[in-house]
Amino acid sequence: MQTVKMVVAGPYAAGKTQFIGTISEIDVVSTEKATASIEEQSIKNSTTVAMDFGRITVDDDLVLYLFGTPGQKRFDFMWEILSEGMLGFIVMVDSTRPETFREAVNIMNTFRQYATTPFVIAANKQDLPDAWSIEDLRIALRLDNDVKLLPCTGTDRESVKTVLLELLFSILEELESEALIEE
Amino acid sequence: MMQPVTLTRKVVKFWPQVDSGYNQNVHDTRSWKPMALKGNLRDFSTTQLLNLINLARKTGTLTIQGGSDTAQMAFREGKLIRATLASEDHTLADMLHKSGKISGKQAAALRARSGTIADKELGLLLINAGYVTQHDIIQSVKQATLDVIYKLFAWVDGMFRFEANKLPENKHILVPIDLDGVIMEGSRRARELEQLQHELPNLDMALKFTDRPDPRLRNANLSVDEWRVVSFINPKNTIGQIARANNMDETKIRRIVYGLMQAGLVDVIEPVQKPKVVEQRPMTPKAAAERRSLVNRLINRIRSL
Ligand SMILES: Nc1nc2c(ncn2[C@@H]2O[C@H](COP(=O)(O)OP(=O)(O)OP(=O)(O)O)[C@@H](O)[C@H]2O)c(=O)[nH]1
Ligand SMILES: [Mg+2]
Repeated sequence: MQTVKMVVAGPYAAGKTQFIGTISEIDVVSTEKATASIEEQSIKNSTTVAMDFGRITVDDDLVLYLFGTPGQKRFDFMWEILSEGMLGFIVMVDSTRPETFREAVNIMNTFRQYATTPFVIAANKQDLPDAWSIEDLRIALRLDNDVKLLPCTGTDRESVKTVLLELLFSILEELESEALIEE
Repeated sequence: MMQPVTLTRKVVKFWPQVDSGYNQNVHDTRSWKPMALKGNLRDFSTTQLLNLINLARKTGTLTIQGGSDTAQMAFREGKLIRATLASEDHTLADMLHKSGKISGKQAAALRARSGTIADKELGLLLINAGYVTQHDIIQSVKQATLDVIYKLFAWVDGMFRFEANKLPENKHILVPIDLDGVIMEGSRRARELEQLQHELPNLDMALKFTDRPDPRLRNANLSVDEWRVVSFINPKNTIGQIARANNMDETKIRRIVYGLMQAGLVDVIEPVQKPKVVEQRPMTPKAAAERRSLVNRLINRIRSL
């Protein structure tokens, strides 16, 4: 029996818990609690404090765990712990809230330091009228062209599947290039 | 601007009316010839002491000198009104932080800035500023008091002494707690600890996720504390380290780990030494092929969802 994990990171309220909940076969075991400050409450009423945890059983001897990191800065001590041994990671960004873009980039860079595993950026909440377009986001986030930036609607299962698949394709590509060097 | 004088007067009325008696002459007949109440927990346990204080409706301060820490508890007419450990901070900021009402940063800022302001005044300021409610504060103080006293049930050795009529200063927020419930819960925990020590004797072991997830896990619904522990699961972290990282006492970590073991989520293993540098070793072709097959299985599975 083997277990592998992927980490879903991103700023406060980017939609990490939603993303995992949409695809997990178990109810997301999340550690939400009421938001503490008035500033946070204006965005939503609960936040993830330790992590979220979702699961996808692949077959009899393979299980994929999805770990959502807490978005709030004061829980960032959890990140390194969660990132250990991960197959890859997803950075969620709320496409409607430019004030969080810089933070998303910081999170992306922090996780890249923890691990050299592949990652993708999910431009979440693309269903909302205020959502920035992928093209604009790539510029705003100053992403290199080889970084995968994917449109995402965390509430939509197909969309979540696509993001996970894109990440897996990147992982596969990386493995293939490594194998080439080896041979 | 608020006048300090008005504030103080307000403060007095605002908090639970636990007259600490600090500045009063106590006309209590029991007090002018206080009986010695001293001894060792080995001979007279925490449970027995609290029972005595409860039944005799005693007023005063109980000090217990344990092996590594000293505890002080104040009682007013048999009700617990404050409990502190020498090793811990018990300022209002700390209590609010521990109960999750304010962040660590906020607590540090408060500690730095509040200086000599008494807890009662500080509490009122925080309420007025909209940071917390009166209920938050009372709950946090109560929880902090209970946290201390429940720890004492695990102490089996230590000198104690009860000083009749000695009470905390009036500046603290005192929340009276009935001892009946405390004694019941405390002895339940003491029994539980005994049992847990038997089931999980060694906190120097590490944890790992089990290789055979139990079907029960499908519906796992874990508490915040359980998740805190789960998130630290790693062959390099001992159970004791996980407890310290989460500020959990022995009973608590044992109870949580035992529960996770029972749920088939974790196994106890020998800890692995942490390597100094994580080296990126190139994969062998065989390992890479296995890895690719694994990723392909994941891809197929997600496609099929
Ligand atoms: N319209 C829309 N709303 C979304 C989408 N994804 C998430 N949301 C909503 O956005 C809010 C925040 O989502 P969460 O999943 O709680 O965000 P989070 O990243 O887990 O937040 P923290 O754990 O507090 O950091 C919730 O109200 C979600 O319902 C989306 O794709 N579209
Ligand atoms: Mg969340």
